[in-house]
Amino acid sequence: MLEKAFLIPIYPLFAFLVIIFFTRWKERLSAYLSITMILIGFVHSIFVLVDMINRHGVPLELSMPFISLTNFSLELGMWIDPLTAVMFMVVTIVSGCVQIYSLGYMKDDPRWSRYFSYLSLFSFSMLGLVIANNFFMIFIFWELVGLTSYLLIGFWFEKKSASDAGKKAFITTRIGDLGFIVGLLILMTYAGTLNYQEVFAKVSSGAIPIGILTATGIFVFCGAVGKSAQFPLHVWLPDAMEGPTPVSALIHAATMVAAGVYLVARVMTLYVGSETSAMVVAVIGLITSLLAASIAITQNDIKRVLAYSTVSQLGYMIMALGLYGVDMASNPHAHSVGFYAGTFHLMTHAFFKSLLFLGAGSVIHAVHTNEITEMGGLSKKMKITTLTFFIASLSISGIFPLSGFWSKDEIVAATSGHPVFMFFTLLIAFMTAFYMFRLCFLTFTGEPRDQHRYEHAHESPRSMTYPLMILAFLSIFAGWVGLPWLHNGFSSFVYHGEHMEHHPSYILMVVSTIVAVSGIGFAYLVYYRKKVSADALADKFGFFYKLSFNKFYFDELYDYIIIGPVLGFARAMWWFDANIIDGLVNFTGWFTVKWADVKMWFDKWIIDGIVNGLGYLCMGGAWILKFIQSGSVQFYTLMIMAGATGLVIYRVTPEGFLYYLAGIILVALSRLLAKMVRPARAKSGSNSEG
Amino acid sequence: MYQYLALAAVLFAIGMFGVLTRRNAIGILMSLELMFNAVNINLVTFNKYIKPGELTGQIFALFVIVVAAAEAVVGLAIVLLLYRNWKGIDIDRINIMKW
Repeated sequence: MLEKAFLIPIYPLFAFLVIIFFTRWKERLSAYLSITMILIGFVHSIFVLVDMINRHGVPLELSMPFISLTNFSLELGMWIDPLTAVMFMVVTIVSGCVQIYSLGYMKDDPRWSRYFSYLSLFSFSMLGLVIANNFFMIFIFWELVGLTSYLLIGFWFEKKSASDAGKKAFITTRIGDLGFIVGLLILMTYAGTLNYQEVFAKVSSGAIPIGILTATGIFVFCGAVGKSAQFPLHVWLPDAMEGPTPVSALIHAATMVAAGVYLVARVMTLYVGSETSAMVVAVIGLITSLLAASIAITQNDIKRVLAYSTVSQLGYMIMALGLYGVDMASNPHAHSVGFYAGTFHLMTHAFFKSLLFLGAGSVIHAVHTNEITEMGGLSKKMKITTLTFFIASLSISGIFPLSGFWSKDEIVAATSGHPVFMFFTLLIAFMTAFYMFRLCFLTFTGEPRDQHRYEHAHESPRSMTYPLMILAFLSIFAGWVGLPWLHNGFSSFVYHGEHMEHHPSYILMVVSTIVAVSGIGFAYLVYYRKKVSADALADKFGFFYKLSFNKFYFDELYDYIIIGPVLGFARAMWWFDANIIDGLVNFTGWFTVKWADVKMWFDKWIIDGIVNGLGYLCMGGAWILKFIQSGSVQFYTLMIMAGATGLVIYRVTPEGFLYYLAGIILVALSRLLAKMVRPARAKSGSNSEG
Repeated sequence: MYQYLALAAVLFAIGMFGVLTRRNAIGILMSLELMFNAVNINLVTFNKYIKPGELTGQIFALFVIVVAAAEAVVGLAIVLLLYRNWKGIDIDRINIMKW
């Protein structure tokens, strides 16, 4: 089954092709086909994972040449290692759950076939992204997930905000991708290959100069920054919430945005080779995480809170991976859990964050609004949703023994040795717990703030609640594969079977639990017991509240410094186009017409004039000459004789010929005169040739 | 020799004069005959004085006479037709070849 792993991306691709070509008009059939294919992929993924565990995480690479040039070749291939196997599981499980959930959520939508074909295409792209064995392939799939993300964010394209959000997401990630492709080109130039293993071998052997390595690392990280919505390209992800909620769960919480984290984990060797770039990664991760968490506290849109939470958690992972690179770069034998922490959190986060989104979708489905200020007290009406949402919230807050606890704990452990990072990590953990439970309490507890919406609320259909339950189960237990007491758990698995020295750090566990519980407790006081007034707090920290509420004005800043000038420049260009370029074109046209007029005149009077003139000249000449043709044979004879005589005279004395000629002309003129004087009598008297 | 040539020249000039001035078509034909004969005299004269042993000139003169006879026949036939069409043979009136 392991050798056939390349089929896993093929299943959803098959579904996509069949849907768009054959079953487009059968909406239900399309949906079931898509779900069936992703479930087959899931089963296959299980086999792959089991195989992988059985061979103790020894990677498998299969490839075939795709484009061969003389000194360079691109290949299509697959690289299956534990990370890939885990990603297969995550993607197929979340995708499967989301697709089943969509059966209920998208019930009234008219474009099922399109929706499910996009989801299948996305699954294909994402699975292809994780299976790739070289940078070329990952880049192709990287762009494909970007495309499907664009398509799905703008799925309700009738809404202006949705289509705008799609464009924003696409363009913003594109900026990151530009960096990515630059990084790839540098790699191609210096390593001469794009195959992971060959590149990593070159990096490890020191064949690439450290400066180049740093540049490559940072450029490749640009791709991750765009796709994983890291600072400063994080602005697209909250807007991407315009898409259908299941899409947000699948793409913008669990899988695609995790692609950036996956990429950083995949090319970790680059960062281990260059401490500077690893530090950049870690710092960007931390800034993003802190920024997003502080924004999430004040947002009122249920999906936006979750979106900023996602950004924050992704920053967490990126930071952990970056710190691993820093630790390993400074000391190859360092004991760093960053890599393991990042990938572990990637997996657990996928489950609980998609659960949160699907729960939010269930709520939105019930009350038809995104504003938590209009919710409240929903726990009475939506028992399953409430329960699963609380489980996920506890998990993301890092409460023992849910899966989030174990992975978050590892991230905290990864910051040991970097006090600043550790402080902020704990701060973020506190904020995370606070805003998650702010969300929970405002949504599910207390008195309904909008009675009308409350009355219409209802529990979602089973196609929606079952996926919630599956994901809730995983949110609780998925973390247990990485229990620190396990010797062959997740940690040694992702390290390709190397045994990782792994000591559970009880102090850190206790500290992070205290932080999380205090965050929840604070939220409880403010939003459940209302001991502390939220408005009073907002007033007290007015400046920070406004900053956070307005998302640190990033959108406005980008509007002002990038979009505004770009639009202004575009307008200037438009003016230039409309007035100068078009003016030139129009002037050319006008000038051509006028010039043609001039030429027409010239043609008519000069060219035709010459032709006609020649004609008239001939006619005039002929008119004169015709008088010679008198019809009188005797006159002809006379001329013959005069000519012959002339020839003879010319032969004898050329000078005399002139006199002869003069004589003839004289005679002719005199005859003409005589004829004019007496026209009636035409008398043939000849005294020519003397 | 010069006497002969002079005779031929005079004869030719007389014939030419006749051809150019006569209005009667018959007269023109007759003047034409004079010119032929002037030429014949020249031929015979040159043959006699320049290539005495040969008869080229004389033979050529005979040819001219024969052709002249044929030409006279054609000419008279034309004159006859002219007479029928114009009721006269005054050459000045016959100018249908005019432009």
